[in-house]
Amino acid sequence: MQATASAATPEAVRPPRHHYLNVDYGLRSWLLTTDHKRIGILYLLSITFFFAVGGIYATLIRLELLTPQGDLVSSDTYNRLFTMHGVMMIFFFLVPSIPAVLGNFLIPLMIGAKDVAFPKLNLASWYMYMIGAGLTMYSLLHGGVDTGWTFYTPFSSSYSNSFVAATALGIFVNGFSSIFTGLNFLVTIHRMRAPGMTWFRLPLFIWSHYATSLIMVLGTPVLAITLVLLFLERVFQIGFFDPALGGDPVLFQHFFWFYSHPAVYIMILPSLGVISEIVAAFARKPIFGYKFVALASMGIAILGFLVWGHHLFLSSQSAYAALVFSVLTMLIAVPSAIKVFNWMATLYRGSIEYSTPMFYALGFIGLFTIGGLTGLMLGTLGIDVHVHDTYFVVAHFHYIMVGGALMGYLGGLHYWWPKITGRLYSGFWSHLSALLVFLGFNLTFFPQFILGYLGMPRRYHVYPPEFQVLHVLSTAGASILAVGYLLPMVYFIWSLKYGDYAGRNPWGAVGLEWQATSPPALHNFEEIPVVDFEPYQYKGAPVAQRLPYRIAKYGA
Amino acid sequence: MKFFDFPLFPETASTLAREVDAVYFFALSVSAFFSLLIALFIFIFFVKYRRQRTAEIGVPIHGSTTLEIVWSLIPLVITMVLFAWGAKVFLHALTPPPDAREYFATGKQWMWKIQHPEGQREINQLHVPVGEPIKLTLTSEDVIHSFYIPAFRVKHDVLPGRYTTVWFEATRTGTYHLFCAEYCGTEHSKMIGTVTVMEPDDYETWLAGGPAKSPVASGAELFVKYACNTCHMEAGSGRGPLLHGIYGQPVTLAGGQQVVRDDNYLRESILRSGAKVVAGYQPLMPVFQGQISEEGVMHLIAYIKSLTGDESPGAAGGGAGAADGTGG
Repeated sequence: MQATASAATPEAVRPPRHHYLNVDYGLRSWLLTTDHKRIGILYLLSITFFFAVGGIYATLIRLELLTPQGDLVSSDTYNRLFTMHGVMMIFFFLVPSIPAVLGNFLIPLMIGAKDVAFPKLNLASWYMYMIGAGLTMYSLLHGGVDTGWTFYTPFSSSYSNSFVAATALGIFVNGFSSIFTGLNFLVTIHRMRAPGMTWFRLPLFIWSHYATSLIMVLGTPVLAITLVLLFLERVFQIGFFDPALGGDPVLFQHFFWFYSHPAVYIMILPSLGVISEIVAAFARKPIFGYKFVALASMGIAILGFLVWGHHLFLSSQSAYAALVFSVLTMLIAVPSAIKVFNWMATLYRGSIEYSTPMFYALGFIGLFTIGGLTGLMLGTLGIDVHVHDTYFVVAHFHYIMVGGALMGYLGGLHYWWPKITGRLYSGFWSHLSALLVFLGFNLTFFPQFILGYLGMPRRYHVYPPEFQVLHVLSTAGASILAVGYLLPMVYFIWSLKYGDYAGRNPWGAVGLEWQATSPPALHNFEEIPVVDFEPYQYKGAPVAQRLPYRIAKYGA
Repeated sequence: MKFFDFPLFPETASTLAREVDAVYFFALSVSAFFSLLIALFIFIFFVKYRRQRTAEIGVPIHGSTTLEIVWSLIPLVITMVLFAWGAKVFLHALTPPPDAREYFATGKQWMWKIQHPEGQREINQLHVPVGEPIKLTLTSEDVIHSFYIPAFRVKHDVLPGRYTTVWFEATRTGTYHLFCAEYCGTEHSKMIGTVTVMEPDDYETWLAGGPAKSPVASGAELFVKYACNTCHMEAGSGRGPLLHGIYGQPVTLAGGQQVVRDDNYLRESILRSGAKVVAGYQPLMPVFQGQISEEGVMHLIAYIKSLTGDESPGAAGGGAGAADGTGG
């Protein structure tokens, strides 16, 4: 561990003279960078932009649903709004979010490497992302797509009168950014660990990214093939899926969900890793059941490939197939429960600091638990008959993907922001944002469970008037949620200029990334560290003495 | 269930609804119990173990294999119960009783066309008697739709190019929502209708109120119109298999494969006869894809189902004609 002489003075937390942000200046130095940290920043800026785009769509959707009639936009426009909301949020925000931003930035730092295994491929992945996003934005600016983000055939291939082909192409190209990132992470984690960094000394963030990368590499090509087939059917009328052309529409659903179900785990697994890091750091003790938590990630990744058919219970798939997919879906409860119970047990006899990342992590555990348990209900065949394709599903996957993945992303961003920028943000405003996100989220999506069980189908532009009260609650919640999301954008930007210096280790956490300077040097470490300690080994680690400065400024 | 003036829980108006709700309440109670338990523990730990001194660290506890096994087995057992119970309800929902009244429903952008066994047609309306099992055979003329009646807790996708079914037995009279649950394009949210559950006597009165030709009778006419009888009847050439009493029976195909001649088989054989040819016959039959409407195919199948082993086709046709007479 590095030692800083006297941490209670501002001088000790001053950023180093040279770091990755000031090593070079100018647009060119960013657009041609191969530094994993700068690529992480490029991704951070791009996904924030597309999150905002997706958020604008969400705002319009929620405003339209304030009244049962279709009075704000036309049905065609509404259908495009929810489609583009899904496409933007899933393919251009959630899938890349934690891996491409935090994963890129942190994986080499956490395993004690100078960079990822293939730095140029890493930059290429960002360009593929931008080209894919550009194609999708093209279709969006020319009128958008109205197929739903799921592109079900034969509607998408033969009936929709919108920009399906351009969007499919955009998502196809974007897929390569996922594949490149996954490949890079796999090789990096295998080959570039610092001396002494054995597999079971890896931070759980790394384990969850390893599992995520496997899905990215193995699942994304299937989506790519599916989109190519869709493209061929739509553009050249080659029959794969449309029965009128001799195809099978359900085949598309099998192909699509073979990727898109594991893709849910691409979105949630990195969050699970982030939460493990935060819980351990702010309880200052090892994660309870480290090996179980690590292997649970792998279990989720593997099982995640075997459950796609639970999206097709009512699509005319055979009853026996439905039984098999249902039982496999139930099994995912086990590794997921292991995670939650172990986080809970980690708090036991910890030394818990009430900090913003910890509040986000707690919010995550609550929302992930609700999302997971309602997922079990959907996996239960007898319940799915009723709630399939209703707002119950909408609420469930938002609890997992927004309540889970996005909470994890924001928690992680708050946890590592001082490392990324070398600055601290406001304690008060960030506590408030965590609270608003949690309350706003629940107010937005909890009523949707009730709506779903009442029978409100998803993707409805107009709806029966008795559902209005719940929709109004949902829209009110979305307004609070929006404030919760806007706050961090303000105080993060504020912190870049006015925030206090963070120092190497503002939280007093163990883990190699906290030994590097904040912001880290171009090649991360002054010298490659040697790992002679277990993960989250707080006992005997000289971590606490560097804290008083932050605590004096911001409170514990 | 209502709270102030808006509902919190849907009406329960079919036998299946009670079964679905029972599993749901079980899942809901288990979920609520574990959510609150986890929240309680986290809250207690959060308060009790708040950091007291800046330099304090937590007690280095690394885990407990016993606990891991316990909290893996508990969810495993509960989810298996949930699975088994859910599967039982699902299989029940998939299996219509043999005595169910058979309706046809066709989805198209953006309406539901429904035909009663007696021949009455409705659009975006479905009238059914209370206390009788009702089976709907569903197909689509264009994209995928989904036939959904929340008060009955029944739903199934409606696909182009094949048949699916839903069945229910309504337990309360009243009117209920009928929704399309699978996104199908511009007016998806207007592809809705109402289901009216009536006392059997009222239903009979309602049925008598409109002209109707039974599906079997329509099918008998189409059978002659498309000259099916020239090959598939005793008086015919014998180039096609006889159709009496074949419905639901297994048959060996030219390739040696065994299939059951159900609705989907008959549909495929009418529209694309070459797909599954019965052993011993030549693939001579013309392709009718694109020539017969979805409704026409359903009528033909109804007619074929009406041909029993010991009755002559004339008798079946005559019976259909009689139904026609009463309806008209």
